[in-house]
Amino acid sequence: MGLSVCVNKQLKGFTLDVSWAIGDELAVLFGFSGSGKSLTLQLIAGLMKPDSGVITANGTIYFDGERHVNATPQQRSLGYVFQDLALFPHMTVRQNILFGAKGVPENERSERYRELTETFYVAALENKRPSEISGGQKQRVAFARALMRRPDVLLLDEPFSALDTPLRIEMRAFLKDLRKTFQVPVVLVTHDAGEAASLADSIIVYSGGSVIQSGSITDVFNNPADERVKRLLVGQEDTLRTFCKRH
Amino acid sequence: MDSSAFFSLRLSLQVAFAATVLIIIIGLPIAYLLARKNFPGKEVLDISLTLPLVLPPTVTGYYLILAFGRNGFIGRYLYEWLDWSIMFSWYAAVLASFVVALPLMIKTGRAALESVDRNLINAAYTLGHSEWETALKVTLPLAQRGLIAGIVLSFARALGEFGATLMLAGNIPGKTDTMPLAIYSLSASGDQEQATGMVVLLTSVAALFLYLANRYSRRIF
Repeated sequence: MGLSVCVNKQLKGFTLDVSWAIGDELAVLFGFSGSGKSLTLQLIAGLMKPDSGVITANGTIYFDGERHVNATPQQRSLGYVFQDLALFPHMTVRQNILFGAKGVPENERSERYRELTETFYVAALENKRPSEISGGQKQRVAFARALMRRPDVLLLDEPFSALDTPLRIEMRAFLKDLRKTFQVPVVLVTHDAGEAASLADSIIVYSGGSVIQSGSITDVFNNPADERVKRLLVGQEDTLRTFCKRH
Repeated sequence: MDSSAFFSLRLSLQVAFAATVLIIIIGLPIAYLLARKNFPGKEVLDISLTLPLVLPPTVTGYYLILAFGRNGFIGRYLYEWLDWSIMFSWYAAVLASFVVALPLMIKTGRAALESVDRNLINAAYTLGHSEWETALKVTLPLAQRGLIAGIVLSFARALGEFGATLMLAGNIPGKTDTMPLAIYSLSASGDQEQATGMVVLLTSVAALFLYLANRYSRRIF
């Protein structure tokens, strides 16, 4: 199990050129806004096409520029939780989650739906619309929907950024628990060092479309590769010190 | 009002309904293509189909005669192969109403489809749904209000179409005299009483449709 990404993408005034690989772990793409983190997720998901490079997940080639392989988003086995969660406002919670059951055999659907709604504590909300539930509940529905197809990789694009601090801490704990149940590689995009510290197995630091450092959070904190990494960690020293002492 | 007034009302509704059905079948996919796809000539297509909105209907009618007249570049083949011409039939009124009302569906529909959050469409794709399924289950339902507005506006425009219809279908009593044409004839011949009756009738029917459309579109969400 693993995900390997080596891509180049030119946009107006911005070039993304990154190369990294992760195993069955939670990797955090960390960096300032506009450094190419979310763009990387879109390239992995097939929502945008790289100019060149290779993307593989669990041995399946999603994109290979030289061999002209470019799987559609529908062909890639990915769970994607968007920054704004992207719950369908015209569907109920039940319809939203079951919309993620495409390709799941009919006889497994209801069992899987029941399992997920119980794991995510959203069973009682199934007839409500997204506008009728709280921010934390929406998060959980988005996670349940993304996992309905049992994806090979889970992509999380700053999913907790809209939440207030107590709920964000609760959701981080929830994500940790979730990792025990669903053993898949997870890529989490964030610019919050505390979030990175509390969740990451490994961290990939982005700046201006490139990877400037990668490794464990302790390595990155104790030995920042350069001034740019130091700048990212400014103001987060206490959080990181507490975390590093514990590990 | 005599029976000719009710014939004109029935014909006007028949023409407007037929034109609206064509607008939904043809205009909706065009609006979708313009909103969601990039292809060469996209803006040229948009401009050509929107021109009838700004051109005088007589000019649109003139173009339609050039295309569908018995010697037109399409009409000549219809006449040659089928021994049939659309000119001066109620089909001509449908064609004229369709072309004149189509831009309202395309403009309103395109704006409604473009306003659907891109992330929702992307979410459907990452959940394994094809573009067709996503259009049916996500994009169209979320753009429903704007699409209904486009359909209603097109219907209202088709119901009131005059200039292009006159050029293409003529004003033949008992055959192609839709309400706007009948009102014009009555007014021109000085029959103010009958004309007023038909004006009130047409206004009431149009207002009723707008009221029903507003009421329905508010209930959707």
